[in-house]
Amino acid sequence: MGKYIVKRVLLMVPTLLGVAVLIFFLMRVVPGDIVELRFAGESAFAQKENLDKERVRLGLDQPLLTQFIRWMSGIVQFDFGTSMWTGAPIIEEIKLRFTLSMQLAIMATIVAVVLAIPLGVLAAIKQDTWIDYTVRIFSIAGLATPSFWLGIVFILLLLIVFKWLPPMVYTPFWVSPVQNLAQLIWPALAVGYRYSAVATRMTRSAMLEVLREDYIRTARAKGLWQNLILSRHALKNAMLPVLTVIALEFAFLMGGLVVTEQVFNLNGLGMLFVESVAHRDYTLTQALVMLVAFMFIFVNFLVDLAYAWLDPRIRFR
Amino acid sequence: MAIGRPAESIAEIPTAESTAARWFRIVRQFCRQRPLGAIGAVIVLINLVVAVGANVMAPYDPLATDYGAMLAAPNRAHWLGTDAFGRDVLSRLLYGSRTAMLVGFACAFWGATVGAVIGVASAYFAGKVDLIVQRVMDIFLAFPLIILALAIVSIFGTGIGNVILAITIPMIPRAALVARSSALAIREMPYIDAARAAGFRHKRIILRHMLPNVMASYLIMLTAYLGQAILLEASLSFLGLGVAEPTAAWGLMLRGAAVQFAESAPWMAIFPGLAISLAVFAFNLFGDSLRDALDPRLRTQ
Amino acid sequence: MAWTPLLLAAVVLVASPVAAQEKPRYGGELVFVVPSELPSYDGHREGTFGVVHPMAPHYNTLLRVDPNDRTGTKIVADLAESWAVSPDGRVYTLKLRRGVKFHDGAEMTSRDVKASYDKIVFPPEGVGSQRKGQYTNVEAIQAPDPSTIVFRLKWAQGSFLSLLASPYSWIYKADILAKDVRWYEKNVMGTGPFLFVEHVKGSHWVGKKNPNYWDKGKPYLDGYRAIFMKDAAPQVAALRGERAHIQFRGFAPSERDSLVSALGRRIVVQESPWDCAAWVVMNQDKKPWNDRRVRRALTLALDRHQASQALSRIAVVKDVAGVQVPGTPYATPPAELEKLAGYSRDIRKSREEARRLLREAGVPDGFTFTFMNRGVPMPYEPVGVWLIDQWRQIGLNATQQVNESAKHVGELRGGNFEVSMDAQCGYAVEPDLDLHKFQSTGISHNNFGRYTDKVLDDLYQKQSRALDPEERKKYVREFERRLLDEEAHQFVTLQWHRIVPHSAKVRGWTITPSHYLNQQLDVVWLAE
Repeated sequence: MGKYIVKRVLLMVPTLLGVAVLIFFLMRVVPGDIVELRFAGESAFAQKENLDKERVRLGLDQPLLTQFIRWMSGIVQFDFGTSMWTGAPIIEEIKLRFTLSMQLAIMATIVAVVLAIPLGVLAAIKQDTWIDYTVRIFSIAGLATPSFWLGIVFILLLLIVFKWLPPMVYTPFWVSPVQNLAQLIWPALAVGYRYSAVATRMTRSAMLEVLREDYIRTARAKGLWQNLILSRHALKNAMLPVLTVIALEFAFLMGGLVVTEQVFNLNGLGMLFVESVAHRDYTLTQALVMLVAFMFIFVNFLVDLAYAWLDPRIRFR
Repeated sequence: MAIGRPAESIAEIPTAESTAARWFRIVRQFCRQRPLGAIGAVIVLINLVVAVGANVMAPYDPLATDYGAMLAAPNRAHWLGTDAFGRDVLSRLLYGSRTAMLVGFACAFWGATVGAVIGVASAYFAGKVDLIVQRVMDIFLAFPLIILALAIVSIFGTGIGNVILAITIPMIPRAALVARSSALAIREMPYIDAARAAGFRHKRIILRHMLPNVMASYLIMLTAYLGQAILLEASLSFLGLGVAEPTAAWGLMLRGAAVQFAESAPWMAIFPGLAISLAVFAFNLFGDSLRDALDPRLRTQ
Repeated sequence: MAWTPLLLAAVVLVASPVAAQEKPRYGGELVFVVPSELPSYDGHREGTFGVVHPMAPHYNTLLRVDPNDRTGTKIVADLAESWAVSPDGRVYTLKLRRGVKFHDGAEMTSRDVKASYDKIVFPPEGVGSQRKGQYTNVEAIQAPDPSTIVFRLKWAQGSFLSLLASPYSWIYKADILAKDVRWYEKNVMGTGPFLFVEHVKGSHWVGKKNPNYWDKGKPYLDGYRAIFMKDAAPQVAALRGERAHIQFRGFAPSERDSLVSALGRRIVVQESPWDCAAWVVMNQDKKPWNDRRVRRALTLALDRHQASQALSRIAVVKDVAGVQVPGTPYATPPAELEKLAGYSRDIRKSREEARRLLREAGVPDGFTFTFMNRGVPMPYEPVGVWLIDQWRQIGLNATQQVNESAKHVGELRGGNFEVSMDAQCGYAVEPDLDLHKFQSTGISHNNFGRYTDKVLDDLYQKQSRALDPEERKKYVREFERRLLDEEAHQFVTLQWHRIVPHSAKVRGWTITPSHYLNQQLDVVWLAE
């Protein structure tokens, strides 16, 4: 097992390096220039030498390779540098937003799991009955509704029917748990629904497959109480692929909730992402991409470990 | 994973009948066994007909503005009302289906095809090639989707062609992953080993055994990606990264004014939203049932 | 339609614009929404209202625009209590107020003013100054005694006072600048009516009353809280739920309407033509846009008067305008404006003329070109849709290419376009600021039409140096006619329109054409 872990960890390095190279050069190919943008306000009066000074200050006049090496050597020492746009350390920029995104992702995951597992199991047991159809329609509808549209409808309904308003500012959980949850429960529901659709489908198909396994058939034939089989044997085996989907969705949620954050006015990573790209804030965008990629790769790694732990054959491939 | 046992496949129906009769039987069987899938298929068909015949069906020119009839509620002249420029919502909706179908089919086809080719090649050549291809795919998988789309549209600009590119590129590694695992599963089957031991050529093994198995997952991916592509196109257009005005497109119809007028002129937001949901819903319903029919054990996507 | 936009705005206005008639109430926290986030804290360096709205209350400027002046052109004292101009117009001597203290208790003197302006006008190595180019006329800044500051100019400039009233030219502390010239990028230390309390990135900014403010009796508010919200929908929700009092930049017409219908008398709407206009620019390096007939055809095709009524329902544009904000001193009156190409009320005649010009220039019917637009919903996208529709009516087929903002700026600068949407915004209504952009490429950093027009440059210089307002008006008119009509280098579609709905409790704040002005909040108060 130890050897397998080492091998998997080593495989993460080239992938992360690839992501780093890709984002570094992609940002520099994309048209737009942070210096022009900063001085765009009254840039009819801008002077070239003034803009050039700013470029020197940001190190943008250096050859690309030098810039890349400087960035990489910083990362190796866990120094992500400062944001080109605000001048603040990147850790400081990300800290608060990360907390919010993390919390929202966790809450959405809870919503999704609570919805998906019972529904998926139910649909599988009652395959091809109206219950199954209802569950499937409910979950496919979740996949088919554009998140931005759902967000807008959600906000309007909340506003008109419940007089609920999106939060003005984020209250951390440890400051006021009640206020914090009241703020985040609606976006968590909106996101959780879509997310549960993916998980429900996976639970259903995994359950279906397990139900066809020989030993379950044997158990059924022996007349064991069906619920018992389901909970003890079937669910345990169906867990892995479901867990995979949930884990990957979780990783995705950490950096990909642009529209939801926008309509619910959440100060999360998704908005920071869009802003940093809009400003051509190379350092911040790069750091964010690396963070999101790392989360994704790391979650993948954990999933693989779980598989390997349960299925020893994988370790020796 | 339990992939690889002979699938209960609709493709195994005896071939003695005429082609037409055979297809008819398949369709009838599909409808009876999978009513949800059949409903999905019908909606998909309607969408396609609308896309092709938009110019015949639309009551108005989708680009014609009428400043005398701005923001009109649904009425006899404009069944679904007008938008902020007095353009007929129904006509724009019908023409929008053209954009959606074009983007949907193009992305799904290219995404699944290129992905399948890479996946099978990677599985077939194995060893170092496989390792390198997998790492490259990993990089794209780990890369945030929105950034990739943003970058592509920023570099090449908006427009249907670039939107197709922006949606297809992130699809490829996902398709490759699926195709590779199907191909690998088959490759490692005992009977393939036996075939190899018996001295059959790679070409024959691939054509006779690997490809048909990949075909099943290819078809499934194709239908699943159709819905996803339509949804992504709508999202990108909504964010201003998709097709550009005045082209009629559903996501674009929801952008800007539609959001601002969501309360006072809700028809501007409701109908395009429903059109997107219905189309994606139908594709998913159909795709799901197709997956069940083709291979009940194929899990992902 | 005989109107002045200001009259029109006054009809919409419910609150009394002059706060003095009511006795201001003390206390309360003003909560306002800022639809942007600020980059660094240094106003000398930045150019976004995202810096001005939360931070202006911490600072003073030498002069400022009268907080009760709706045209945003009347200059009054701030830290300088009086000023004198030499007969040749080249020496400005300002007397500073005594007893003004920084928030740390130190006395403000001419040394601080000189250090601040030196940083803006003659920035040291490695310090970015957004506005250096606006002050190229300054030869020297002198502080002969602690309460006197002198600006020596290279030539007489009629608009120099408004440059000293720039809402960005905050007075910093000389001692701090001497130690670390970039200290102000991350810290706050001013003389203004409010003290800095807290900034949470991406979330909010808080200020509290400065009890030792030099202007005794002010400010009225106990403090303020600026909430950063990017998207319009939650901003509207915040006002609608009465959790925020105001958003100073402006809302779209539909948002105004939904707020008014939801809150009725509890909301007050102030409107004004905005010192921003939606422009169209043609790349004269590319054919056929180097032909003035083709450029004129594009502006002749536009039915501005109809658009003024129709588009103002769905976008933040309204007035038919020339190069100056309607209703301000140097603006061309509507009757005279109608003589310019594309401003006539007879749209059929204009369009016939446009088709004739296209024929003459050899541009075939159905000619296709790419129109580049910025991917910003307000007001770029609706105006873009309208433009394409207008051009279709003279037989031109424009396909739209929408760019994300950063790319848009890059493509404009790089000349990678045929015809594009553009905008000109100013922090004050002042021809020197508003017209600079349209001079020849090389003089203006933002001449995206890539043309050289010596006559235009000459007119700019003449109007800038004219000290007599009537004479200056004449040159501004000539400049306008040449730019919009004769050469049609670039043209205005419609003036932006600023709509600020706010809680009826907010008093003492007056809208101006610029969302950069009037943000010190010293005269703002909250009614019960």
